[in-house]
Amino acid sequence: MTNFTMQSIIAAKQKRKRRFVWLTTLLASISLVLCVAMLMLGNTIYPVSDVIRVLLGEDVQGASFAVGTIRLPRMLAGLFAGFAFGLGGYVFQTMLRNPLANPNVIGITSGSSAAAVFCIIVLQASNTMISIASVIGGLITVIAIFFLSKGSSFSIGRLILIGIGIQAMLTAFINYLLLIGNTHDLPTAMRWLSGSLNGAKMETLTPLVVAVFIFTPIILMLSKRLAILELGEQTATALGVDTNKSRVLLLVSAVIILALATATTGPIAFVAFLAGPIAKRLVGHGFSALLPAGLVGVILVLAADLIGQFAFTARYPVGVITGIIGAPYLIYLLIRINRKGDI
Amino acid sequence: MTTAHTFAAKQLTSGYDERIILDNISLSIPSNQMSIIIGANGCGKSTLLKTMARLIKPSGGEVVLDGKSIHTIPSKQLARTVGLLPQSPVVPEGITVADLVGRGRYPHQSLLKGWTKKDYEAVAEALDLMNISAFADRHIDELSGGQRQRVWIAMALAQQTDILFLDEPTTYLDITYQIEILDLLTDLNKKHGTTIIMVLHDINLSARYADYLFALKDGQLVAEGTPATILTSALIDDVFQLKCQVIDDPVSQTPLIIPIGRHHTNK
Repeated sequence: MTNFTMQSIIAAKQKRKRRFVWLTTLLASISLVLCVAMLMLGNTIYPVSDVIRVLLGEDVQGASFAVGTIRLPRMLAGLFAGFAFGLGGYVFQTMLRNPLANPNVIGITSGSSAAAVFCIIVLQASNTMISIASVIGGLITVIAIFFLSKGSSFSIGRLILIGIGIQAMLTAFINYLLLIGNTHDLPTAMRWLSGSLNGAKMETLTPLVVAVFIFTPIILMLSKRLAILELGEQTATALGVDTNKSRVLLLVSAVIILALATATTGPIAFVAFLAGPIAKRLVGHGFSALLPAGLVGVILVLAADLIGQFAFTARYPVGVITGIIGAPYLIYLLIRINRKGDI
Repeated sequence: MTTAHTFAAKQLTSGYDERIILDNISLSIPSNQMSIIIGANGCGKSTLLKTMARLIKPSGGEVVLDGKSIHTIPSKQLARTVGLLPQSPVVPEGITVADLVGRGRYPHQSLLKGWTKKDYEAVAEALDLMNISAFADRHIDELSGGQRQRVWIAMALAQQTDILFLDEPTTYLDITYQIEILDLLTDLNKKHGTTIIMVLHDINLSARYADYLFALKDGQLVAEGTPATILTSALIDDVFQLKCQVIDDPVSQTPLIIPIGRHHTNK
């Protein structure tokens, strides 16, 4: 009897594993195709062979500048920021067991934005300073939200509502800074209102790329603990997870990559919010959807940027397109949660 | 059979924030037996369970497992000996039965190693013992309350601990399912020798299923012992402020409480 049960459990698990591997490969392939498309497409369309030659460091007439200096940083910014948004968003949603408990919705990204805009307009700070400030801004916002929502007993519903309130305050603060700022600082600062890949430069990408390479393995290593945390505080403790330590580790890792992604591209609306649920639906249960969520983030950002650049007569920044996709989903989620009667 | 353990609370004081609920309790859990904690609402029975299962850090005293304070034992190692099923565990959306039960293997798995044969065996055994292997691939949301509770117990079983705490495992269940759950837990205790400690509201079922009873009142231990030796109308009056008669349960020959209300007298 037990033997038969065991065989069927193993079979079911292997089936899901095959699906997971297949799906992750598919998502990675789509991401790769979009990356190549980002390099090929533009005012002039370059063939794949030219793109490869540029990437290998050869000097190609015209293509070297357009692909190497303009399109490559733009693509890399979208790739790494999209991955960071997807991964970080999934960590938040899973850990807090609510799709609304998300860095966008509860204002962590606006915390990063506010700190960055403050540095640009008031302090006239360097790029490194702006990166550091946006990470600190994000962390302070998380700590503030957690502290305020603690009360006598921790409630995720209260955390979300306080987060939304803080987001409103921070947005007002950003708007105020933009009003008092010098006109020549405004283009840089405006990026913090709606995410955009315009003007991405190689040298500004470094902090994000380094952070993604450091924190992705850390977060993936914690994925089992994340799955246990999903079962709630008490069960997780009973299963031997040090809940406070795990939560802090996951939060800090997620906030750092999210803040640096925000510092690089601005808050690309709703990517962190959409990527997790999409990945989870695709993967199903039994396997952590962390990696797929990161890849879905990449696909969302790159696809939205391509649409923004080429689908209309005017060019729209990527954040406008993701906003158009994401807002209806937020409304749908709120209606569904309202029906269930809990936030 | 599981190994015997000494597991005791020593001058335990515990509660939430500033409020003290357990006041200086000392007790020792009989190994390889089924113990049930009874008491009125708010007497601290759930707090006692949670403190002993390290969900609440005591403000005074300590919980000692085999001579060591549990707060000094690494949490994963402790989770291989002491398990707990909370009163209302959180169900992640869309999770399947086998997946949830499989998460009980967490304390036995290391960071790099994947699932071993031992893990699969433990999950299969837990599913079979709880009679839920037929819907291993179903989603938890599709199950009835009784089935769901069996899934949670199976998860705790997959953890393969020698000591298992359960916080009101029969709450919200029909009487049929209550008996079914208690029978399954008794099977577990008899077959594997698992030490079981649980909080139960029903005094009569407690008397029937417990090898050993702990009676709590206002954060103090007022009586302990086998149901036959401690369950008297005087104790019930003291613990629950309820007049009653105690007779012999015709089925199990354990004490049976017959409550006396204001409208009925025993003429």
